[in-house]
This record gives sequence, structure tokens and C-alpha cells, in this order.
Amino acid sequence: MATITPDKTLDASGLNCPLPVLKTKKAIESLQSGQVLEVITTDPGAKADIPAFCNRTGHQLLETVEEGGKIIFYLKKK
Amino acid sequence: MATERLAIIATKGTLDMAYPPLILASTAASLGIETAVFFTFYGLNIIHKKRMHELKIAPIGNPAMPMAFPPSMQNPITNTISSIFPGPPQIMGVIPGMTDLMSFMMKKTIKEHGVADIPELLEACKEAEVKLIPCQMTMELFGYKYEDLIEGLEPPAGAATFINYVIEADKPMIIFV
Repeated sequence: MATITPDKTLDASGLNCPLPVLKTKKAIESLQSGQVLEVITTDPGAKADIPAFCNRTGHQLLETVEEGGKIIFYLKKK
Repeated sequence: MATERLAIIATKGTLDMAYPPLILASTAASLGIETAVFFTFYGLNIIHKKRMHELKIAPIGNPAMPMAFPPSMQNPITNTISSIFPGPPQIMGVIPGMTDLMSFMMKKTIKEHGVADIPELLEACKEAEVKLIPCQMTMELFGYKYEDLIEGLEPPAGAATFINYVIEADKPMIIFV
């Protein structure tokens, strides 16, 4: 159960590589530094790809939640 | 920060081979890497206004093609076919219309799996500021004019321009597709 309140939510359910990462990049651009983006995906590949995106871009991956076939990421903008 | 440049060379014009360069390019650019794709030979079809919608996948000469039906077409009959044949038998490739049928099925499968299509990936590349460079020499070879190609491309370039673009980066990388 997530305890983080996101400033924005991106629902990338049903989309596959590379779309979740591309949409995440676009969504996080619209936030201010320190704000939190929630990314909902159903793509198993995103499990490794979103952390790789964060690692590369410097945004902080606060938490990853898996529930009912969905993988939900909480990213804090650097 | 040192400049990092990823250059991808797209030489193939089949539906399956159009994906890797565009997926890698759009993703690399999203990760903050300066990225360019050089489209040469049949790869030019990927950025050809008309031909980009007609990219095909052929069963013949492609023994790795699985017998995969789109989810909406999966039923006891198609499941039985999939369980008997690992892929479309090579001989079927010579039947007229088979390449079109396979291409149609592949596009349907791609759509139903939520995988982006080629025009969408090209848009994503442009949005992420990937440089899309058509090869001057092959354009002339195939009789493609600049206006036959999609909007938003870099000017046609030759090998030297491209190599120079890549190598002047502090960290250059080239992928050949």
C-alpha cells in the first residue's frame, strides 16, 4: 500500500517498451524539482527500465509497488 | 558534462527491422544522450512518407518467425495450428499474398500487445530531438526525393558527415542495425 501522495499520475497501462520510459520522461519534465510522479505500468520490462531511467537521469525512485498485475513507481524529480 | 553521442545506422526496410533503431534512438534520447539515426539503403523506407505505411515482414527466408496469432484471433483452431507448427512453413512463403497476410497479422499482433507502431515511434524520436538523417547516396540510387520523405529530417548527408558527427563527441557509440 502506497503512502506517497503524487503530484502527478501517468497511467501507462497496456503500453510496452519503449513507451513507458518515453512517457515517463515527458511527464516528469512538466513537474518542478522535488515533486513526485506516479507511473502505473503493466509492462514487465518496465520493472528494470524505469529504475535504469532514474539511474541515468538522476531522478530518485522512491518506491515500487506491485499489485494486481500492475507495477507502480514513485519518482521524485531531481 | 562530456558529450555522449549514440549513432544508429538503419539499413533494413522490413517491419521487424524498423523497430530496433527507433526504439533504441527514442529511448537513448530520453535518457539524455545525443542521438542520431542514419537511414541508408532499405532503411530509407522507414522514413519514406508512403512506404513507411507499407513495411512488410516475409515468412520466406525467416525460419525464426513464430506461429503467433494476434490475441483476438486465438481460438482452439489457431492454438492447435500454433502447437503443431513452430512457425509458418517456408514453402508457404511462395504463395501469392502470403507476405501481405503475415504483415497484416504482425501489425495486428503489435497493436493488440500495446506496442507502438512505426509512425508513433518516429514521432517519439522527433519529440526527443533525435536527429534523423537520410543517406544522400542511397536516396539518389533509389530515386527518392527529399520531399518523398517525412517532415522533420536533417538534410541528406554522406558517410563522412555522419562519421564526423559521431566521432567528435567525447563518448561516441555506433550501433549498426
